[in-house]
Amino acid sequence: MALLEVSNIQKNFGKVEVLKGISFELEKGEVLAIIGSSGSGKTTLLRCMNYLEIPDAGKITVDGEPYFDASEGKKLRDGEIRKRRLHFGLVFQSFNLFPQYTVMQNLVLAARLLRRDELKKQYKNKEITKEQYNALKAKINPETEQKARELLEKVGLTEKADFYPCQLSGGQQQRAAIARALSLTPDILCFDEPTSALDPELTGEVLNVIRSLKSRDSTMIVVTHEMEFAANVADKILFMANGVIEEFGTPEEVFGNPKSPILKHFLGKHAVNN
Amino acid sequence: MAITWESFWKVTLRLLEGFETTCLIFALTLVLALPLGLVISFGSMSKFKPLAYITKVFVWIIRGVPLMLQIFVVFYVPRLMWHAALFTRFNAVIIAFVINYACYFSEIYRGGIESISKGQYEAGQVLGMTKSQIFFRVVLMQVVKRILAPMSNEVITLVKDTALARVIMVAEILKVAEEFASTSALIWPTFYTAVFYLASVGLLTLLFGYIEKKLSYYRV
Repeated sequence: MALLEVSNIQKNFGKVEVLKGISFELEKGEVLAIIGSSGSGKTTLLRCMNYLEIPDAGKITVDGEPYFDASEGKKLRDGEIRKRRLHFGLVFQSFNLFPQYTVMQNLVLAARLLRRDELKKQYKNKEITKEQYNALKAKINPETEQKARELLEKVGLTEKADFYPCQLSGGQQQRAAIARALSLTPDILCFDEPTSALDPELTGEVLNVIRSLKSRDSTMIVVTHEMEFAANVADKILFMANGVIEEFGTPEEVFGNPKSPILKHFLGKHAVNN
Repeated sequence: MAITWESFWKVTLRLLEGFETTCLIFALTLVLALPLGLVISFGSMSKFKPLAYITKVFVWIIRGVPLMLQIFVVFYVPRLMWHAALFTRFNAVIIAFVINYACYFSEIYRGGIESISKGQYEAGQVLGMTKSQIFFRVVLMQVVKRILAPMSNEVITLVKDTALARVIMVAEILKVAEEFASTSALIWPTFYTAVFYLASVGLLTLLFGYIEKKLSYYRV
């Protein structure tokens, strides 16, 4: 069974149909690149998967478990949505680091809040004693910090742990944001045009980090305009136009043998040299 | 009458007593209006439209009527309507000031909160944070930095607005000074109060400068 199953996702903004029935599957360990012109619905699709938009119709399952179902979507409790969206991580186009916190604090904040809440719940439900609670609570800070250091090493920012976002370059900020998105170990990491806000000379370092994250058990979805990156790194390419999937397949199929005229036209504008 | 060291000393001591009341009005108003203003700003930004509407009308009334009139209303209306002295003079002043300043603060908060990018909220959301965690851990500190300058304006205005308390005979510093004029025909104590106001505002200016510097380590 596929890790991610998206079926018939539809989304309207007022009278504008942005997504007109999107269905696809993604296996664990695969990297999916979503490409297409501006306004084709790529970002909306990604936002739907992170509960930042609620689709009007359709279903999403992660690892066989229901993640989103339009029939229950709007009445879901906030707590349930928060729990479910942890399956996904999201890296934003504009980084959205928290400016008043250091890189380290950005990385540990959510993890600490989450673990403290869980622990409190366990204690309230009398699953653990007061002593256990205190012992476990004392471990949260060192453990989250340890994990954050590992992630910073992964993205090459070990030296910048105590810097504030405004002291970093755009590329460094985005790498920090990637580490932050990984801090809660999501099953699927999403990137929303991660290099679009960067100077051309800084995109390389961010793309290299994303490439380095690719492994057997890291599943990623990247909305991107970097065709070369998509062709080289992705296992699957999803080409969207006007709210529908125009083509879906391996890079060889999509880039090597495009069938739809819209895709041919699109690729003509974004030459791929691989 | 010439200013002697003796009269100067006597007047200073009396004015200091009035100044204590001035400081008390200032401090109590600030401590109570700052949080109340945040609550009112939530009301005016509420997605529940009737609440937002009522709050906005309330803010309009409070900002649209002189503070002096509001002091009269709080103090005299209960006495005239129900023959009940609901509040002491001092308490009436505090109530009028707190409500008035909370409404002004609420608009400053609203501007600050609405200026924070949606991306900050979304970043918190995708990290599984609750709404209140996002507000208090992520947004609030950025709002504080954004609203510091307009806040310092309001706070400095408050220092001087305390003089309005004298309209219902609360003996703040200017009222005390005026008593010298009416009882001893001394006019200089009235001008002398400016020293106290200037010193207070100078101190506050330094304090806000210090906070601004303290918060300069991040950019929003």
